[in-house]
Amino acid sequence: MEETAPAGTMASRNSNAFDQAKVPAAQRPRLVAFGSGFEPVFGLASRAAALLVVLVMAGIFATLCYQSFPAFKTFGLPFIFNSSWNPVTDKFGALPAVTGTLITSIVAVVCGAPLALGVAFYLNELCPFRLRSILTTTIELLAAIPSIIYGMWGLFVLVPIMSKIIQPAVINALGPLPLIGAFFQGPPFGIGMLTAGLILSIMILPFIASVSLQAFATVPVALREAAYGTGASVWEVCYRIILPYTKTGIIGAIMLGLGRALGETMAVTFVIGNAHRIQMSLFAPGTTISATLANEFTEAFGKMYLSSLLALGLILFAITFVVLVITRILLHSANRKIPV
Amino acid sequence: MKARIVEVSCLALSLACLSMPLTAAAGEITGAGATFPYPVYSKWAEAYKAQRDLSLNYQSIGSGGGIKQIEAKTVDFGASDMPLKADKLKEDGLVQWPMIMGGVVPVVNVQGITAGEIKLTGAVLADIYLGTIKKWNDKAIAALNKGVKLPAQDIAVVHRSDGSGTTFLFTNYLMKVSKTWADKVGNNTSVEWPVGIGGKGNEGVANFTAQTPGSIGYVEYAYALQNKLAYTMLASHDGAYLSPSSSTFQSAAAHADWKNAPGFYLVLTDQAGKESWPITGASFILMHTSQEKPDRALEALNFFAWCYTNGSKMADELNYVPMPQAVIDIVEKTWSEQIKSADGKTIYTK
Repeated sequence: MEETAPAGTMASRNSNAFDQAKVPAAQRPRLVAFGSGFEPVFGLASRAAALLVVLVMAGIFATLCYQSFPAFKTFGLPFIFNSSWNPVTDKFGALPAVTGTLITSIVAVVCGAPLALGVAFYLNELCPFRLRSILTTTIELLAAIPSIIYGMWGLFVLVPIMSKIIQPAVINALGPLPLIGAFFQGPPFGIGMLTAGLILSIMILPFIASVSLQAFATVPVALREAAYGTGASVWEVCYRIILPYTKTGIIGAIMLGLGRALGETMAVTFVIGNAHRIQMSLFAPGTTISATLANEFTEAFGKMYLSSLLALGLILFAITFVVLVITRILLHSANRKIPV
Repeated sequence: MKARIVEVSCLALSLACLSMPLTAAAGEITGAGATFPYPVYSKWAEAYKAQRDLSLNYQSIGSGGGIKQIEAKTVDFGASDMPLKADKLKEDGLVQWPMIMGGVVPVVNVQGITAGEIKLTGAVLADIYLGTIKKWNDKAIAALNKGVKLPAQDIAVVHRSDGSGTTFLFTNYLMKVSKTWADKVGNNTSVEWPVGIGGKGNEGVANFTAQTPGSIGYVEYAYALQNKLAYTMLASHDGAYLSPSSSTFQSAAAHADWKNAPGFYLVLTDQAGKESWPITGASFILMHTSQEKPDRALEALNFFAWCYTNGSKMADELNYVPMPQAVIDIVEKTWSEQIKSADGKTIYTK
């Protein structure tokens, strides 16, 4: 359930702000459990806990930098742009894993975001009150399913459907077309970039949906009611009022989903095909940074191999960090719109 | 956002754990390494515990992990499917010996083709894995299989995505039979595959092969039987077409010249002999030559000696091939000669 924390923390932060604004300090209940002697101890303990988080974070970053140093020293910056991954000759490059990570995540967002927004709009505007709580719980449950279950479901259920029904149909329909045809060619193995992206899109759906819902709640009731009052349809309210008003919030939600898709490991490892090659076709097998780490870490012989894997980890760290910072900024500015 | 941070740190922590020493508890011997012999090691350990009240804690973390753990001296023994070269052993103060043997078999999933119906040679197998043979009805395959109806289907090549001893044996064989393979790809526990999709572990490859129409993969023999996959016949070094079985693995093992292999460095692929299955391999145990805790080392060696004498039937049941007595004698001699306590005393005497 830890995955649902972003929505939860935001909600509680908002209600705190609300409480504190409304209730004067003198009237707020004071809880004194152990007398005033306990106060400094508690203060110190909670400060230590907070500090520990920062230290762990810094420690992980430092370890990644230190361990990946030999790889960057040997291969230099071209490590990022080199597409060879050869444990026999000890020549490593990150490009196939990095492109695989980006492509699967983009597929996930392209497929998952519209679906998540649809869910959010339905819950916000159209859903009968009773159904609402059932649907919300279902979406939360979706987030609580361990990723290995998604992987197994993907491999045993989605992959056969892809290889027998969807891929042959798409290859016949779109394959011969100029330009976009190249993305949909090759033998239908079922696994590959597209399948991994589709599984990811289901996995990130609950995050995008619940954070979008949070954003929708910030739309002033007066605005919506005024729109309905002038005869706007539900579509017009969603498209003309809610969407423009919560634009940054929604982008933030999508970025949050993207951040999760980037680092997802087990589900992707099951269905992506684990091949260190860059291919045009979305049906071709590929790999991602996290899938490579999961596959090869235990049997990585030699210093350069291990260091290259950790360098991949550092690159993932950097990509995720950038995405998270952007998310933070967007969600922050979206939250400031909350009407008082 | 916080959940994200928690998740990232969990990943990093678990990665850190992988490289952290496994601590040994008292009253048991600890080992770590190859996954390929894990089923038989755990069966032996169970039987031994019932008789001698000594438990074995074996972590099947992969050959690479096994070598790392024994180098760091965090386990009593390491296990690897890839033998270390004699000079590497000397450098790290290690001794290795073969414990058990098994075979790697190509498996296919082609409609209408049953186990043993397709014949392949090493060269054709290499060309399939190089991507130069792309369809099942390719001339090269058809020439070996007159009378078999081969479809005009794309070949889906399946290989291991993790580093593995099985891959080491498979690529070692392809390297010996195909010069192009030797030049372009090479031999290791993990290589740069020219084509194909990767499955994690023997199970992963077995799954992908069973699921993907037109696929070919390679797995340890027991996994082919368990998953009822159609194995292929393979041409031996001497040109006869063989089916994988305990007897053809044994034949390959019998031709192995362990006596003249320094540090037991011997890969059993492509052995001479009409009945020798070409992708046979041994799994190795690694220990330090100088033991700080000689009594623990003796416990471990006693266990291995017991396995050699009493473990053959159990190995057979799991489709592994036990080591021949002649090899066992050399191994036990090596223990006496090379494994010493810190003050230079011999630990194991027969």
